[in-house]
Amino acid sequence: MGPQAALLPDGRLHLHHGPIDLVIMAEGQGEATRTAYRAARDRFATVLAELVPELPLLRSPLGAAPQGRIARRMHHACTSVAQGDFITPMAAVAGSVADTVLAAMLTATPLTRAHVNNGGDIALHLAPGATTRAAIAGLDGQISGHITLHAGDGIGGIATSGQGGRSLSLGIASSVTVLAPNAATADAAATLIANAVDLPDHPAITRQPARDLHPDSDLGQRLVVTHVGPLSADDIRTALSQGAARAQRLIDAGTIAAAALVLQGQGLMVGTFTDRATAQTERSLEHA
Amino acid sequence: MPDDNAPLTEAASEKIRCDACPVMCYIADGNTGACDRYANHGGELVRLDPLTVIQGGAQAVAFLDQGENAQDWDGDVIQGNRTFVTAVGAGTTYPDYKPAPFIVSQQVEGVDMVTVVTEGIFSYCGVKVKIDTDRHIGHERAIVRVDGEAIGHVMTAEYGSKMLSLGGVEHLTGGSKKEGRVTCDALMRLCNREAVEMQIDEGVTIVVQAGQAPIINGVPEKLMRVGCGSATIGMFAKQWHGHVDEVVVVDDHITGVLSEHEAGKGLDMRPSGIKVKGRKSTPGRYFQVADPGTGWGGTNVEDPLTILKPADPKVAWPGLRLLMISTTGEQWAYYILDDNLIPQPADITPSLLATAERIAENCEPSLCSVLFMGGAGGSLRAGVTENPVRLTRSVKDALTYVSCGGAEAYVWPGGGITVMADVMDMPTNSFGYVPTPALVAPIEFTLRLADYAALGGHVDHVKPVEDVLTPAIRKVLPNISQPDPHDPQNYRWRPDRKGRR
Repeated sequence: MGPQAALLPDGRLHLHHGPIDLVIMAEGQGEATRTAYRAARDRFATVLAELVPELPLLRSPLGAAPQGRIARRMHHACTSVAQGDFITPMAAVAGSVADTVLAAMLTATPLTRAHVNNGGDIALHLAPGATTRAAIAGLDGQISGHITLHAGDGIGGIATSGQGGRSLSLGIASSVTVLAPNAATADAAATLIANAVDLPDHPAITRQPARDLHPDSDLGQRLVVTHVGPLSADDIRTALSQGAARAQRLIDAGTIAAAALVLQGQGLMVGTFTDRATAQTERSLEHA
Repeated sequence: MPDDNAPLTEAASEKIRCDACPVMCYIADGNTGACDRYANHGGELVRLDPLTVIQGGAQAVAFLDQGENAQDWDGDVIQGNRTFVTAVGAGTTYPDYKPAPFIVSQQVEGVDMVTVVTEGIFSYCGVKVKIDTDRHIGHERAIVRVDGEAIGHVMTAEYGSKMLSLGGVEHLTGGSKKEGRVTCDALMRLCNREAVEMQIDEGVTIVVQAGQAPIINGVPEKLMRVGCGSATIGMFAKQWHGHVDEVVVVDDHITGVLSEHEAGKGLDMRPSGIKVKGRKSTPGRYFQVADPGTGWGGTNVEDPLTILKPADPKVAWPGLRLLMISTTGEQWAYYILDDNLIPQPADITPSLLATAERIAENCEPSLCSVLFMGGAGGSLRAGVTENPVRLTRSVKDALTYVSCGGAEAYVWPGGGITVMADVMDMPTNSFGYVPTPALVAPIEFTLRLADYAALGGHVDHVKPVEDVLTPAIRKVLPNISQPDPHDPQNYRWRPDRKGRR
């Protein structure tokens, strides 16, 4: 089955091919939405075909740079967040596809607001003056928080990783949500931070070699978390602080803006995450 | 075709390879692929959300029952309570046990689309078969038989292909009971892409199977000729020049002789004195050098020397190098004239062998193509609307799109709804039969709900697609080579409609 496109009843565009599902929103003057959707559809047509030939390289630990445009984006994002950790370019595949399609829409037409949501890894565009509100859903489906993003925040990507996602994780985080300049970086960073939320050798955590679950997994024989039993408050705090430290290193390096970590109902924010609306007001006052 | 797009499983393997998309995941038992849509259940690849998101295309769903059900036919045009199944647009449903990543309701650019899916009972139907071969299979108008019963005839040959017209009302209901039954069975098997062995009066025994090479008198055909003997001379003259003194391309239609041919003269080739039998058309081009057959180039020639007359002693010379070759390059022989100007077999030179291979390379693989052809009669159309002729007009006015098992159907001009569709584009086992005898074939009419109401459609029977998609139905993936029946481009009401038909 080839790439498919459909308009959702609410006017968003759904693109699907193989394992990729994108839900796209674009707002602008006049015909901008249609133009953007066409551009997105056209760009999307070859996305999977561009990635597939290089999958063996993209599933290998970060090394030689790949050739494809999307693949290079993945490689670059992972290089910028690795900081010595194990990572394969696949950690940024969802975000890189989202960034690529968003870029194609913006090349085709000016847009006031747009986002490309690739299964929770979101590339975001806000024209000057525009804002957007995003909700973070917990695994139980409850909304665990809202954030408001403004043009000029420098946030072009929101990504979430963790036990709830489709990908395998080396860590135990229920979810890690990252704000970064682009979706590829946010995606890769969320993966690494979620991996860092961990309690090695804890009896409540079961693990399995990744290849036993997914024979093609880029994680190879590494043990991925398959179940996390109930943890004590201390354990949760310890695990979250491991992840927070990892996130802080990325923030210090200027790679990401913020991260929100959740483990068994307990949350921890790193960077300027909470109520960015307030932060924006305060900043505005400082500059006044 | 759609079935062939379905993911394959590897036999007796714990892990299976999914080919639903280019990622080609290996999936371990009990797990899903990267998409979370396809899973390995005990070695079998299953789609977890079988009825979802075929956004780009219509859901081509075979509603046809076969076997015991086909026997239930009670004389009505329409079987039992399966009057006709209508569907509003195409949509999604919740998967059996796992939510799909997205639930997509399929509205086609804001237009509610109705697809009327009906089992057409076709007594006026048959197949047109194109057989890529130059071999003689039987004379035009010769009767084609299965089990001794006439099921059709050889019709006008096309370039590089022989054509059969099989079935039709005369054989289905116009002859003996057995003739009708055998014809219906042969048509059904051909349409379901099975192999059917036929005997052609004063011709060959041939096995025809859609999408496969024909097997003529037990020998599978390999290649379609690149051109007639004369055309082959024209195409390869320069490559032969200098390597050989004469080339005869053996062909049932026009046999070519290089040095005499315009192409050889253009190269200033010395006349060879090699003479072929048959009737000369123009210089270097000969008709009827032998009888039609299954030998060299569609002739009955097994030994090419049999088509040669003695060489002209005034022109030919001892040591003359002669290549004889068929139009597909499959057969060739190389000779050198001895002192008595008799061709003696000799070892071919590598450069000449290369030209033989070049000819073979330029020939396309020989295939059998089977096109179903049938007419939607008044009663079939009455299953769609109370006023059958309005459906015909609606089709002609491009308000209604006709497909067969989701495959694009060519609608003949003129009256009625007479359609042709390539069985290779339809789901496998799309066809059944009723004891009339008549063939049962899928035919779908897709149109806007408003247009359906306007032509007197049975709107009170319109059901949402979810009501139709029970777990019992068979699911097939869309055929990417076929247009989406719901594509607004198919319809007149689409302002930027491309020219179609």
